Amino acid sequence: MIVADKKPVEEIIGYVRDCKKVLVLSCNECVTVCEAGGKKEAGMLASALRMYFANQGIADAQVDERTLERQCDQEYLEEIRDIADQYDAIVSVACGVGVQFTAEKYHSIPVFPGVNTCFMGVTEHRGLWTERCQGCGQCILAYTGGICPVARCAKRLFNGPCGGSSNGKCEINKDLDCAWQLIIDRLIAIDRLDLYEKLFDIKDWSTDRAGGPRKVEREDVQI
Amino acid sequence: MRLTYPTSFRIVRVPCSGTVDVKHILRALEKGADGVCVIGCMEGECQYKTGNLRARKRVEQVQRLLNAIGVDGERAQMYNLSSSDGPLFAKYAEDMDERIRKLGPNPMKHKTKPAA
Ligand code: SF4
Ligand code: SF4
Repeated sequence: MIVADKKPVEEIIGYVRDCKKVLVLSCNECVTVCEAGGKKEAGMLASALRMYFANQGIADAQVDERTLERQCDQEYLEEIRDIADQYDAIVSVACGVGVQFTAEKYHSIPVFPGVNTCFMGVTEHRGLWTERCQGCGQCILAYTGGICPVARCAKRLFNGPCGGSSNGKCEINKDLDCAWQLIIDRLIAIDRLDLYEKLFDIKDWSTDRAGGPRKVEREDVQI
Repeated sequence: MRLTYPTSFRIVRVPCSGTVDVKHILRALEKGADGVCVIGCMEGECQYKTGNLRARKRVEQVQRLLNAIGVDGERAQMYNLSSSDGPLFAKYAEDMDERIRKLGPNPMKHKTKPAA
């Protein structure tokens, strides 16, 4: 999932302090799971904003909340077509993708981000999310025991570990596992250490961000 | 045991303090409560193991949020007591009452526009 973190409410107040009608728009998917921008968090933010306006003596301010199944799909975003116009601003607590797609579909309404979008990752346990994939566009997990050196090695090495690996930890942070130690341990566990010996072609980075904004186009599913 | 506690108190019974969410506390304040205190069982004695610990974290979250929007975070408080300790309940109620009286009425009373 896409992992996001909450933005300080002060920052969000800074975006909307001059607005009279604000819609806090949450998303039912990734940001709900990482407890940053789901229905519950939107309710908390909307409540805090309403109290902020009341406390400032701005009695006619109105803050509403709405949750969409996803903000990265047109059909769900259409659900607010009839009501969007009445708002001076939308605070989207979806990931940056959702914020942008909302802004794109509601061209004349200011849309502000309500969370900081961080990475693609997993829930290790409640309250701890860690990065797993950087969407490089050419997945090599088949050769690295299912552990990604792009996302998890601080140096993005393809022939690690480097000399900074010590006792299974990375030199940048003693709490961080060395990705290459993990890779080797896992290759041993699946009895494929031969893969560690194999030389691979130089990775094609043109599918990574270096080639500019990317797209996936699939004619087979286009009608 | 006949004990008195401040009449300003409204009691909302919940099965466990862990069921009280940040949103509930905020909603009460938004609707004009001068303060909200969550009273859970003693730490380490929660029937559901961590309900009262969660409640405390949520109250702390509300306090931070209130401070951030310019409302005194002290309006939300967490207390722990054993269910058989009536005198302590009365003491906590007085303590809360006093604390809130010092802060004065909820500045947002009658001012928030209800959500659509
Ligand atoms: S808008 Fe973002 S958070 Fe919501 S489903 Fe799409 S990718 Fe996930
Ligand atoms: S190799 Fe690329 S696509 Fe595969 S997990 Fe790593 S970053 Fe993601």
